[in-house]
Formats: sequence, structure tokens, C-alpha cells
Amino acid sequence: QYFIKRVQTTKGMASLLEPFVNQTISVLTNDGRNLVGKLRGFDQLVNVILEGSHERVYSPEGVEKINLGLCIVRGDNVSVVGLVDIELDKKIDFSKLRAEPLKPVVH
Amino acid sequence: FRSSSRILSIFQYLKMLFYSFFKSLVGKEIIVELKSDLCIKGTLHSVDQYLNIKLKDITVVDAERFPHMISVQNCFIRGSVVRYVQLPASEVNVQLLQDSSRVEARELKKK
Repeated sequence: QYFIKRVQTTKGMASLLEPFVNQTISVLTNDGRNLVGKLRGFDQLVNVILEGSHERVYSPEGVEKINLGLCIVRGDNVSVVGLVDIELDKKIDFSKLRAEPLKPVVH
Repeated sequence: FRSSSRILSIFQYLKMLFYSFFKSLVGKEIIVELKSDLCIKGTLHSVDQYLNIKLKDITVVDAERFPHMISVQNCFIRGSVVRYVQLPASEVNVQLLQDSSRVEARELKKK
């Protein structure tokens, strides 16, 4: 059955991001940036609060890390929120990593 | 004023059909193509009314070009950035989907 009860779901987006709170996450933004930090808060509009965050800038020359600290990312601009596996992340050799920067989101 | 609120409720009703459709696909493997051309394959874990998608055990298609998600296994994808969702054809009951869409359209016309 593809029908559901005619009840307004008030669940919203909140519950989907809840398991990620206080964990290290990787945020992909609409302009193609990658921010990594600890998810401290979020809301229905997917505004996201990142603590101890840094931006990973990928280029054919290598990866650059820019420290940002505590920041809020406006939900409009969030495309993906990924849960980072810290063990896997530690294994990455950033000095050898070469990649094109991510493409921006085009609506 | 009343007509604009009616239009709003119509949109909400329309979204319920695909929300239900995606809920029936939870646990299946899908590939989400984003508007930034990134393609993420994973198991559909959950979906919400905005069609935000949560995927488990993801792999990025063409991972060599996109090492950005290498340490990520579970992710949340905002509905607004999804371009396509590739589904296993065997999991979709096309007849049921067509019938449901027809009924939805009829309901909307009544409103």
C-alpha cells in the first residue's frame, strides 16, 4: 500500500539528523565545499552547528586544511551530512590525496 | 487567502505519495544522483516528508574522482539537492504506483 493515513507528519527533518549529534560529521555544501567538525546542533531547516571544524580543500596539488572553529552552516546551503568514521579518517594520507574540488549544486 | 492555503495543502498531499513510495523502499539499495553530479550508492535507511534521504553503508560511484566521502559510511542527503534516485526495477510495483497516482490526482481535483 502506497497510501498512508491522512495524518500530517510533524516529524520533520529533526529525527533524521539526531543520531549524528555530538559525532564528527562531514558537511558537503552547495558551493562544493567540505567542512568537517562535531555536530552540536541542527534544526528543521537543516541549519547545522559545527564545533572544532575545519574545511578540507581538495585540489590536484593536494589537500589543504583550514581551521574554522565554531560555525553555523545555513540549511539552504547544505547538500550532504555524512557521519565520519574516525578510524577510517585517520588512515587517510592527506599528503598523497589529489582530487578535483567538488562541483557546486546547480538547481 | 483560502485558495493559497488550498494550494499549499495540495502540495503537501502530493508529497505524501512519494514519501510513502520511498518508505516502501527502505532497506533496498539505491543510487542517489545529486545536482552536483555526485552519485552515492547505499541502502535506504529512512526518508522524511521533505524526501531527505538517509543512506547506510555508502559507496561513491566513481570513487576515484570523489575521494571526499571516503571516511563516511552513513549519510543524510537533503531532499532539495537530489536530481535522480535510481531504484531496483524489481522492487517497484508500477501498476500500484500508477493507480495510486491516478487516485491522488482525482482527490486533488476534488479539492
